[in-house]
Amino acid sequence: MSIIRIKNLHKVYSQKQIPVKALNGVDLTFDEGEFTALVAPSGAGKTTFLNLLGGLDLPTEGSVEIGGVRIDQLSSAEKTKFRLTNIGFVFQAYNLIPVLTASENIEFIMELQGISKRERAVRSRELLEAVGIPDKANVRPLQLSGGQQQRVAVARALASKPKFVLADEPTANLDSKSTENLLDIMLQLNKKENITFIFATHDARVVKMARRVITFEDGKVINDEVR
Amino acid sequence: MILKIAWRNIWRNPLRSWIVIAALIVGMYAGVFTTTFMYGWMMQRLKSGIETETSHIQIQKPGFKLAEDVNLFFESDTLIRDLERQGDIVCASGRLVVSAMVASAEKAVGIQVLGVDAGKDSLVVDVSEKLVEGAWFSGVKRHPVVVGQELAKELKLKLRSKLIVRFQDCNGDFTGGAFRVAGIFKTNNTGFDGGNMFVRDADLQKLLLIPKGMSHQIVIRCTDPTRVDIVRNSIEQFAKGLRVESWREISPELGYITETMNAYMYVFVMIILMALGFGVVNTMLMVVMERVHEIGMLMAIGMKRHQIFQMIVYETSMLALVGGLIGVAAGIITTHWTGKSGINLSMWAEGLAEMGYDSIIYPQYNFQMVSGVVGLVLFTGLVASVYPAIKALKLNPSQALQSV
Ligand SMILES: Nc1ncnc2c1ncn2[C@@H]1O[C@H](COP(=O)(O)OP(=O)(O)O)[C@@H](O)[C@H]1O
Ligand SMILES: [Mg+2]
Repeated sequence: MSIIRIKNLHKVYSQKQIPVKALNGVDLTFDEGEFTALVAPSGAGKTTFLNLLGGLDLPTEGSVEIGGVRIDQLSSAEKTKFRLTNIGFVFQAYNLIPVLTASENIEFIMELQGISKRERAVRSRELLEAVGIPDKANVRPLQLSGGQQQRVAVARALASKPKFVLADEPTANLDSKSTENLLDIMLQLNKKENITFIFATHDARVVKMARRVITFEDGKVINDEVR
Repeated sequence: MILKIAWRNIWRNPLRSWIVIAALIVGMYAGVFTTTFMYGWMMQRLKSGIETETSHIQIQKPGFKLAEDVNLFFESDTLIRDLERQGDIVCASGRLVVSAMVASAEKAVGIQVLGVDAGKDSLVVDVSEKLVEGAWFSGVKRHPVVVGQELAKELKLKLRSKLIVRFQDCNGDFTGGAFRVAGIFKTNNTGFDGGNMFVRDADLQKLLLIPKGMSHQIVIRCTDPTRVDIVRNSIEQFAKGLRVESWREISPELGYITETMNAYMYVFVMIILMALGFGVVNTMLMVVMERVHEIGMLMAIGMKRHQIFQMIVYETSMLALVGGLIGVAAGIITTHWTGKSGINLSMWAEGLAEMGYDSIIYPQYNFQMVSGVVGLVLFTGLVASVYPAIKALKLNPSQALQSV
């Protein structure tokens, strides 16, 4: 059953003199439990697509429906709430709140959701274990390696028990070893907990692991294959 | 946890935060210390004004002002006895008051002569404790007089100098007498010292031809200085046909001191805080600009706008409070410390005494003043946070995330 339906999605950035057509009519559906890579060179509209999917920006045309909710029609406050409970984000870098420790970063999301202190502590420990760095609970992001930071980011993205995780080039700043580790962890979570992952990437190592690969070019889907 | 984030955010750039905090410390220190200094000074003036010059409460016949009309005396002995039966009153003492010309061998000046009960008057006001030479009416047998240093200087009087006092008696006839200086006093107020001299009521009464047991004025000292107005009102109930006035009415300028001081302090501190507030706003704007990406991330992961707003407000207010509170505390400690030993301004203070101000100043503060200042600091922090916080709110999450 598809949880995400995207119809005729267009996005035109017109702040500058020449309007930029970042998305040019995208139709896609995503099912629960997918492990999907959006592949495209830089500037092809990957980030734009994920931002629209996550309700961080408004489409110029078209609709985004998640679990029956038209999120492009929600108010800004409703979208924030929707993100908090339905979507986990992992960005390329600077994902974490620098003044909070790894476990505090994870717990913060849960605190925003109103989860009790006790439960927060338990879940943050579980998540740090799941991403393989239980010993880094009390370390601040700047003392962690890039790979460790991204693992905390994944743990944080999962803290709110979201319907799916959107990751925008999560491995762009990582070496091969860290990339492999991070992908392993995400694949494990996908298999064990049936968490839906959607990546934007142009990293061949990520593409290799994906079960579905969607290729973008000039704001359009040019290829969509399931392996 | 928003509070925790805000607090830790302050220390992300410790140098910058410390510069802001240091500015606040210096500003608030200066603000607080200057006001406690002024306040202490004014309170000293107030205290000496009341305890030396006006007393707490005066009773006179209506129309008796400036000792102009010697006929406006009243039967005072029984009234004084009634007054002293009241628990709230330490002492009440009758006075005769007359405007006179006083002349020494050198020259003559106009003056107010106060005929006092030597024993009781010194329980009401403290002129008798301010003697620099001689004694309070002792040492001279006939017609002793206690004069101010200022008058003594002007008329070149020494102890036991003779002076002639001329005035009208109660029949309107010119009269007068010779007095000898028994003591010389010096208060903080040279104006008072130059314009008043004290003689014994019995001596003045004979010269004025006023019957015994009569006074122009009763001066009163209350047990509790804060209850003066209450005591005044209760006296008014039974002192029929007489005018009862508290020091506030006798010397309105003394009464304004406290009010003026409060207004002065608030204006002064507000000006300082306004200047500092701009510095805080500027710093926080820099903070918001630097953290655009981070704020975008916080919005993306589900932090609501009002929570972002709250975070910036907390950060700004805590920054202001840390500096402000340290400054206020330092100001109070200095006040405490100098309040005991006093600050000697006598090297610059020629003119001060002429206006009735002490040249050694004991800074003072009160709780209301301190809490007012702390409140203002907090208020400044809140106001200063609004603009940067609004800037943060206006960010669009997708664009914020693109900035590095
Ligand atoms: N806020 C924006 N304003 C104007 N143009 C933008 C903005 N964001 C992205 N673009 C443009 O839209 C196109 C797609 O960008 P993006 O979605 O970031 O691509 P990708 O993530 O695949 O590199 C690019 O040409 C980019 O320059
Ligand atoms: Mg991108």
